[in-house]
Amino acid sequence: MSTSAQATNSQLRIVVVGNGMVGHHFVDQLIEHNTSVGADNSALHISVLSAEPRLAYDRVHLSEFFSGKSADELALTTPEYYQQHKIDYKLNAAVTHIDKVAKTVTTVQGEVLSYNKLILATGSYPFVPPIPGNDQPHCLVYRTIEDLEAISASSKVSKIGVVVGGGLLGLEAANALKEAGLETHVVEFAPQLMAVQVDGGGGRLLRSKIEALGVKVHTQKATQTIEAGDVCRYKMCFADGSFLETDMILFSAGIRPQDKLAREFDIAIGERGGIVVDNHCQTNIDDIYAIGECALWNNFIFGLVAPGYTMARVAAAHILGGDQTFLGADMSTKLKLMGVEVGSIGDAHAKTAGALCYTYENQASAVYKKMVVDSSKKKLIGAVLVGDTSDYDTLLQYALNGIDLPEHPEALILPASGGAKPGLGADALPATATICSCHNVSKGDIIAAFDGGACSLSDIKSCTKASSGCGGCSALLKSVCDAELSKRGVEVKKDICEHFAYSRQELFHLVKVGKLQTFDELLTKHGKGLGCEVCKPAAANILASVWNEFILKPDHVSLQDTNDTYLGNMQKDGTYSIIPRIAGGEITPDKLIVLGQVGKKYNLYTKITGGQRIDLFGARVDQLPEIWKILIDAGFETGHAYAKSLRTVKSCVGSTWCRYGVQDSVGQAIELENRYKGLRSPHKLKFAVSGCTRECAEAQSKDIGIIATENGWNLYVCGNGGMKPRHADLFATDLDTETLVKYIDRVLMFYVRTADRLQRTSVWMENLEGGLEYLKQVVIEDSLGLGAELESQMQVVVDAYQCEWKTAIENEESRKRFRQFVNSDKADTNIVFVEERQQIRPATPEEKASFTQQQQAKRIAVELV
Amino acid sequence: MTNSTNWITVCQESDLVANSGVCALINEQQIALFKVKNAGQEQLFAISNWDPIGEANVLYRGLLCSVGDTVAVASPLYKQRFCLSSGTCLDSDDVTIKVYPIRLENQAVQLQVSQ
Ligand SMILES: Cc1cc2nc3c(=O)[nH]c(=O)nc-3n(C[C@H](O)[C@H](O)[C@H](O)COP(=O)(O)OP(=O)(O)OC[C@H]3O[C@@H](n4cnc5c(N)ncnc54)[C@H](O)[C@@H]3O)c2cc1C
Repeated sequence: MSTSAQATNSQLRIVVVGNGMVGHHFVDQLIEHNTSVGADNSALHISVLSAEPRLAYDRVHLSEFFSGKSADELALTTPEYYQQHKIDYKLNAAVTHIDKVAKTVTTVQGEVLSYNKLILATGSYPFVPPIPGNDQPHCLVYRTIEDLEAISASSKVSKIGVVVGGGLLGLEAANALKEAGLETHVVEFAPQLMAVQVDGGGGRLLRSKIEALGVKVHTQKATQTIEAGDVCRYKMCFADGSFLETDMILFSAGIRPQDKLAREFDIAIGERGGIVVDNHCQTNIDDIYAIGECALWNNFIFGLVAPGYTMARVAAAHILGGDQTFLGADMSTKLKLMGVEVGSIGDAHAKTAGALCYTYENQASAVYKKMVVDSSKKKLIGAVLVGDTSDYDTLLQYALNGIDLPEHPEALILPASGGAKPGLGADALPATATICSCHNVSKGDIIAAFDGGACSLSDIKSCTKASSGCGGCSALLKSVCDAELSKRGVEVKKDICEHFAYSRQELFHLVKVGKLQTFDELLTKHGKGLGCEVCKPAAANILASVWNEFILKPDHVSLQDTNDTYLGNMQKDGTYSIIPRIAGGEITPDKLIVLGQVGKKYNLYTKITGGQRIDLFGARVDQLPEIWKILIDAGFETGHAYAKSLRTVKSCVGSTWCRYGVQDSVGQAIELENRYKGLRSPHKLKFAVSGCTRECAEAQSKDIGIIATENGWNLYVCGNGGMKPRHADLFATDLDTETLVKYIDRVLMFYVRTADRLQRTSVWMENLEGGLEYLKQVVIEDSLGLGAELESQMQVVVDAYQCEWKTAIENEESRKRFRQFVNSDKADTNIVFVEERQQIRPATPEEKASFTQQQQAKRIAVELV
Repeated sequence: MTNSTNWITVCQESDLVANSGVCALINEQQIALFKVKNAGQEQLFAISNWDPIGEANVLYRGLLCSVGDTVAVASPLYKQRFCLSSGTCLDSDDVTIKVYPIRLENQAVQLQVSQ
C-alpha cells in the first residue's frame, strides 16, 4: 500500500527510512511544523519508507497484543492521517541502496527516490546467539506484531516454552508465554536476572518472586546446541552438561542496532555497531541523519523510546534551522514484570568512585530497595527498587535535578513509621525538572501552559502531551498540576448543578448522614430552585443506592429519567425496548418460546444484546404493562436495562460443559447477577465471569471481571469496553467465592459512595488518588476501617430488592402512568413502522409523510363512495 | 381573548402528576400537561407534546427543571429544555413550541384551544 504526493521542485525532499516509533515521531514533528505554517504552501515534501506491512505502532506496549489489544489499537497513526498531511508513504518497502552522490535511495521493489535530507530510523533487531539449531521452526523472537502472531500460533501447539535471556524484554516475553498457558522457563547466561538494571540483591529477590509465580529460572547457563528432543520438540544442551527439553524457544538475548545500510554504503559506524551521530544526530555524511535505536551517540546506544523521541525532535529542528542538541539521556526505568515492580535509576551498580549505598531489604514482604549517593552524601546518583516502586518518582527527581538530600537520606526508602515520609512535594521541584520524559515536558512547560490559559489537568495533557507516552509520570503530573492550580487559587468546582453547591459524593453523605429519604427534603435542606434534569436523576440514584425503595413511589416518580419512569429504554420514536433479565445468559427453551410469542403478538423487533440477553423493540408506552404481565407470569423479571445499575453478568459456558473450563462460570455468574441486580450506581455496571484463562466472556473489559483459576477466582476491576476502552486491573487472585463476594461488595459500595455522577468505574479508577493500590488497601487491608460498613450497606440493598415491573403492574397508581393520553385510549399516530428483513423498524420521516398521504387518500376514497 | 365558551375540559386534577407530566389528545393534537409545585404554590402548564428536535411525541415524559426563575421541561430524547410558559427552547435559539392557556375549574383541568 502506498500513497504519493508529487514533490515540487522548490520543496525540500525529506526521506525517512523506517517507520518505527522514532521514525514516526520525527514525521509527527514535521507535520506539526507544516501545520503551523499551513500545509499547502509547505516547503517540505516528506516520504516514509517502511519495511513493515503497517505504519508505526506502539512497540513499548507490544505485549498487550497478547492480552487482547489489536494491531489497530496499538497503532500510533493511521493511513488517513498521513494522507491528510500529504505524507507520501510506502509499506513493505525496505530500503536496499543509498547513493550518497546522486542523493537517492532504492527500495526492495526497485523504486528510486531522491532526497535532500535522509533520515535513518531503522531501529534495531533482536540478537539471536549463534547456536546450532537456532533457525528451526518454533525458534522465535519478540520485536514485531508478526513475531507475536508467530508466538501465539506456536504456543497453541506447544506445552513448554523457554525464553533465552533474563533481561527486561526476556521477562516480559516469559510473562506472555506463561499467560498463554505454557510451562515457562527463563535461561540466562549471567548469574542473575536483569543484570543491567538491578544489582545482585535486587536480582535475587526478583528471581524468587518470579519463581513464586511458577516460572523456572536457570542462571549461568550457556546454550550450546538445540537438538531434537526426547519428550518435547527440542532439547537445549548447556555448556555444563545439563539440558532442558522444550517445544518452543524465544530468543531475547539483547538487541543490535540495524545499521546494515550504513555498513554497506559506507556511513561511519561504531566498533560494536550503531550509526555514529553527533549532537544534532547527523552522521559523518552530509544531509544524512540517524535517530532512535540505530544511532550511536558518544559510543552509546539508547534502547528506550524517550531518548529516541528526543533525537527525533533534535534532527527535525536541525533540518528546519533550529539548534537543539542531543546530549545523552537518562536511562532510568520503572516497570512491572509479571506483577513484580522493578525500578532502576542512574548508577544502579554504584560504580561511581566514592559512591555509598543505603540498602533496605524486607524478605518477609519481598521488598528490596537501594539508594546510591555520592561521596559527599548530598546527591542521589542511583537506586534499585524491587517489589515496591512507590518511592521511584521522588528518588528520580532527586537524581535528575541534583536536589540536596535530606539529613537522613535513608528515610527516603525506609517504611514510614508513624509520621509521613519526607516526600518531595511538587513545589520542591525546580522549573527545569523533567516531568514527562517521553514528550520532554518540564515543570516549567506546565507552568507556561497554565499561564497560556490551560485550566485543568486534562488541558495540560492535551496541550503539552505530558503523560501520553509511557504514562509513567501520571501521578507526578497530577500532583504538579494540583499544586499549580491551588497556587493560582483555582478551586476545582464540583457542584453538580445550579441547584446544589455540592459534588455527588457530598450529596451522598448528606443523604446518608441526614437520613434523608426524599428529594424534597434534600432540596429544602441543601438546595435551591426546583431541581433539574441533572440533579434529580442523580438524587434519585443516590436515594436508591442508600434506601433502595420502589423508584416509582410518588415521592420519587418525578425525579426519574424517562427510562426509569417507564422502566424501559426510550428509542428515537418514543417507543420503548424491553429487556427481561436472563441471568448469566442462561435461559430455558420454554422461556425463549415466551419471548418469541410476545415478540410475535406485539409485533416487536427482536435482537440479541451484547450482554447475552434478548431485546424487544417498538413497544408503545401503553403496551408496556400488558407485555410485562405476560413476561412476569412466565417467570421473567426486569432486566434493569434502563437503569444506572447492574446490567448483566456475562459468562462463558464454564467447566460444566467446556473441555477447558476449570470452574462453573455460569453458576457463579447467576449467583452474582442475582446478588447485585437492582443496585443503583453512579453509572451502569457490567460484569463477566470466564471459566478459564481463555477468557471467552471478555471479563477484562468489564467493571467487575472474574476469571476462574485452578484454585478459585481472579478478580479484575474497573475495565470498560465501549467508547473509551480500559483494560481491567487485576485486583486479587485465587479467591474463594466468599472472599470474592466480600471484595466485590466493598469495591462496588466504595464506588457508589465516592464516584461522580455518570462516572464509570474505569474513569473513577483513573481519578482515584492512589489508584489501584489505594483501592486494594481500602478493600483488602481495610485501611479505612470501612469494610464492614460497606458490606452491610450492600446487604441492605440486596435485601430490599424487588422486581420493579412486578410492583409497577400490581400498583394501580403506577400503572396509570403507562398511557399516552389521559383522556383517550388512542395510540400515538406518529409511531409508524415499516418492514425490513422480516421485522419492523421505525419509518423515516419521508416514509411517514407518504404514509399519511396514503391514509388521507384512503379516507377521501371512503367518503366518496 | 379569554372567553369561557372555548375552554374545554380535558381531565380531572387527579389525573395530573405533581412535578411531572401527562398528555391529552384534543382534536388530534397532543398536548403535554404539567403540574408544578413551586414554593407552596401549584401551577399548571400546557405545551405541545411534539419535540421538534427529536421529532417524536414525548415532551410529557421529560424531567421538569428550573433555570433561574424559568420553569422548563427537558426532552427525554436529547435533553433540550423548553420553557413551559413561553415555549422557547433554552438550548436552541430558533426553536419554539406552542403553549396553551390552561386553568383549573372545580377540579376540572381546562384548556383553551383555538377553534
Ligand atoms: C517488547 C518490547 C517492550 C519494550 N518496552 C519498552 C519500555 O517499556 N520502555 C521503553 O522506553 N522502550 C521499550 N522498548 C523499546 C522501544 O520499543 C524502542 O526503543 C523503540 O521502538 C525504538 O524506536 P525506533 O524507531 O528506533 O525503532 P523501531 O521501533 O524498531 O523501528 C524501526 C523500523 O525501521 C524498519 N526498518 C529497518 N530497516 C529498514 C530498511 N532498510 N528500510 C525500511 N525500514 C527499515 C523496521 O522494520 C522498523 O519498523 C520495548 C521494545 C520491545 C520490543
